[in-house]
Amino acid sequence: MSLPCWNCGGCAASRFCDACKALQPPAHDFYEFLGMPRQLALDAKELEKRFYALSRQLHPDLFSRKPVREQEYALESSAVLNDAYRTLKDPIARALYVLKREGFDIAEQGTKDVPPELLEEVFDLNMAIEELSEGDESARAQLESARHRFEVMRNEIDDALQGKFAEWDVAHDRGKLDEIRGQLNRRKYITNLIARTDIAHVSD
Amino acid sequence: MFQIEFDNQDTVVGIDLGTTNSLVAWMNLTKPEVIPGEDGEKMVPSVVSITPEGEAIVGNDARRELIDHPARTVYSVKRLMGRGVDDVQDELKLFPFRVAEGSESVIRLLLGEKTLTPPEVSALILRQLKKNAEAALGTPVTKAVITVPAYFNDAQRQATRDAGRIAGLEVLRLVNEPTAAALAYGLDKRREGVIAVYDLGGGTFDISILKLHDGIFEVLATNGDTHLGGDDIDNRLLKIAIEDIASEWGEDISHSGEAVQTLRASVIRAKEALSFELSAKIEFSWHGKTYHREITRELFDGLIKDIVGRTLGPCRDCMRDANVTPEQIDEVVLVGGSTRIPMVRSAVEVLFRARPHTELNPDEVVALGAAVQAGILAGTVENQLLLDVTPLSLGIEIYGGVVSKIIHRNSTIPASAGETFTTGVDGQTNVLIHVVQGERELAKDCRSLARFDLKGIAPMPAGMARIEVRFLIDANGILNVTARDARTGLEHSVDVKPSYGLTDEQVEAMIEASIDHAEEDYQAAQLAGARVDADAILAATAKAQKNDAWLALTDGDRREITDAINRLQLAYHAQDHNVIRAQIDRLNEVTHSLAEQMMNTAVSSALKGTKV
Repeated sequence: MSLPCWNCGGCAASRFCDACKALQPPAHDFYEFLGMPRQLALDAKELEKRFYALSRQLHPDLFSRKPVREQEYALESSAVLNDAYRTLKDPIARALYVLKREGFDIAEQGTKDVPPELLEEVFDLNMAIEELSEGDESARAQLESARHRFEVMRNEIDDALQGKFAEWDVAHDRGKLDEIRGQLNRRKYITNLIARTDIAHVSD
Repeated sequence: MFQIEFDNQDTVVGIDLGTTNSLVAWMNLTKPEVIPGEDGEKMVPSVVSITPEGEAIVGNDARRELIDHPARTVYSVKRLMGRGVDDVQDELKLFPFRVAEGSESVIRLLLGEKTLTPPEVSALILRQLKKNAEAALGTPVTKAVITVPAYFNDAQRQATRDAGRIAGLEVLRLVNEPTAAALAYGLDKRREGVIAVYDLGGGTFDISILKLHDGIFEVLATNGDTHLGGDDIDNRLLKIAIEDIASEWGEDISHSGEAVQTLRASVIRAKEALSFELSAKIEFSWHGKTYHREITRELFDGLIKDIVGRTLGPCRDCMRDANVTPEQIDEVVLVGGSTRIPMVRSAVEVLFRARPHTELNPDEVVALGAAVQAGILAGTVENQLLLDVTPLSLGIEIYGGVVSKIIHRNSTIPASAGETFTTGVDGQTNVLIHVVQGERELAKDCRSLARFDLKGIAPMPAGMARIEVRFLIDANGILNVTARDARTGLEHSVDVKPSYGLTDEQVEAMIEASIDHAEEDYQAAQLAGARVDADAILAATAKAQKNDAWLALTDGDRREITDAINRLQLAYHAQDHNVIRAQIDRLNEVTHSLAEQMMNTAVSSALKGTKV
C-alpha cells in the first residue's frame, strides 16, 4: 500500500515520505508498525532494539518545530509504538493480541467456570481462606502450599505455551491458536487463584 | 552596520514551579543556567500577595507580606492545584487565607477583595519568572517547559498547563521533576545503567527509576505522594511550638495569622540549621513576650522519623514495579530542599545501598533539567530523549461502579487504548463515560477525572450503535479523548466535564483578563531587548573608534557619529523602546562608511599579509 504523501503528494511508501521526508500516519498493526515478523516466539532483543531506534525517530519532542499535522502524526505514531512495545514484549499480552487480530473472541470467557481438574483444589482453597478469616492460623500454611502448587501449574502452562508459540510460527495453523487460547484461559484462572492466596500475606 | 543580528528563534525556558520556591533556567549555548531575578536571587519564593489596591506582589516581597498581611497572602499554592475543597480540608486549616463559598470543583481563594483560583495564583508566579527571563535575556519569552511532580494526576497537570496559558506562556511540555533532575545530571555520559531519583520537595514526594540507554532516559516506574514534603515537617514543629507557648504563656496564638506566620518563619530557620548543626533554636517574640526552644538533631530526627519513613514504601513499590533490586541501581540522585536533612540522606543510602549524588544544588537541579528539555524541544540539544511513564492507571467506570483499567500505570507515554461503546436502551442518543485515575477496584475510590458525553447518536435499537472511543495520554501525561462512529466513520463530538479544575472557557476568560498585563510585560521585554541591542552597537562602535579607519574619516563624518552615540546614550533610559530603536538605527546608518572603511583596511592588509 503506497498512499500519496499528505504533505507533498509524492510517494509515501514508508514511515517518512521519500520526497519531502514528512512523517506519515502510522500503521496500526503492531507487527507491521515495528516491522517484526508475525511470530509468537519473538526475539526480545530485536524488539527492544527497534523500540529504541523508532523512539529516536518518532518521539513528539523531535517534532515541536514541525507543522501541527506532523506533530499529531508523531503523537499518534509514538502512542502506537509504545502500545506495540508494551504488548509484544509480554508473551501473554502478545498472544492475546494475535488471537484478537485473528478474529478470536478473547473476552473473559471461561474464567468463571472452574476447570474440572481444579475443582477439588478450588474447594480446598475456599475452605482455607474461610478458616483463616475466622482466625484459624493453621490455614495459613495450607494457603502457602496451595500457592506453591498453583505457581508450579502456571510454570507448566508457560512452558507448554512456549512450545505452541513456536509451532504456530511455522505454519500459522488456526487450530494451534485454539489450543493457545485454551491454555491462556486456564492460565488466567490459575493467576486469579494465586492472587486469592495473597490474603495470607495481607493479613500478616 | 554594527547592529548585531540576533537569531530570532524563540528562546524556550525551563521552569520549576515549586511548592516553596520557583526558578527559571535556559540553555546558555551548551550549558543549562538558572536566570536570577533583578535582585540577583535565583529562587523566587512561590508566594503571592494582593495589595489593597488589587495589585499582585510575588516572591521575596510577598514573603514579607506573609507576616504583615497573612490573609492577603498565599504560599504553597501548588498543594491546591487541581484539587477540590474536600481534598484539602486539613491543609486549609493551616493556611492563613480563606476559601470562597461554592468552590467544590475548583478552590477559590479570597485574598483581600480578590478571588483567585490556584492556577491564577500560579500564573502570577510564572509571570514573574517570565519577566525575570525577559529582562535578563533581552528578548520576549513566550514558550516554556514546566516541571510537575511525577505523581501528579491529570487534573493537577491540566491546572499547571492552565497556569502557563494564563501567564501568557505556550507550555511546550510538562516534564516530571525527577526525570528533569536526571537530565540535569548529564548522567547520559554513562551509556548504560539504572538510576533512582529521590525527590522530596516542599510539598510533594516522588521516586522514579530510570534505565539509561545511549542518551535515552527510559523511566521504568514511578511512585510517590503528592501530599508529603518539607511543609509537613514545618507543620509538625509549628504545632509543638504553639503547644509550648500555650502552656508557657497561657495564650493560644494559633488564631493570629500574623503570630503563626512569624513563628513559622522561625521554625523553618531552625529546621534548615539542623541540617548542618547538631542543635538549633526556635525563637519567637510576640507582644513583649519571648519564647525560646532548643531543638537537638536527635529530637528532630525522632520527630520526623515517620515522615521520612513514609517515603520508603513508595521507593520499594517503585523498585518492584521497575523489576530491579537495590543492587542493580547504579546511581541515586537527590532532589528537593528536604534532601539536605541528614536523616533523609542516610535513609536513602541504606535503602538503595548507594551513596547519593549531591553535586548539583538540589534546589536548582529540576530547573536546570527543564532547560535541557527545552533545548531538546528547540533542537539545540541532540541525542538525548526522555521516555516517561504515566504514574496512575486510567480506567472507565463500568456497571456496579467497578473500574475497568484501560491504560496501566507505568506505561510509557504517549500511550493509548481504544474502547467501543454502545447504547443500553432503544432510541438512546447519548452515552456518558466516566473516566477515573487510580489503582483501586471501585470508581468511588479512584480520582474522578472527567465525564465525557457522547452526544448526537442517531436513535436506533439498544446495542446497535457503535462508538469507538480512543483514550490517548500525551507526552505531558494529559488525557485526550476522541470518538468515532464506527458505522459512519465520522468523528463524533465529545463533551468534556472535568471533575476538578477549570473548563476551557474559564481559562480563556482568565487569559482575556490578563491581557492588560501581557501588554505591560510585552513592552518591558521590548525595552530590555532594545537596551541589549544598544549595548552591543555602542560597544562595537567604541571598538571601531580605536581602529585606523576612524582616523581616515572626515571631520564631519566623525562628528556625526559622535553625535549619534550621544543621542543613543540619552535615549537609553527612555521608557519607550521605539525611541531607543530609532537612535540605534541612526547610529547604524552613520557608521556605514566607517564600517566600509574598516572592511577595506582589513581586506587590503589581508592582501598584503599584514595584521590589522
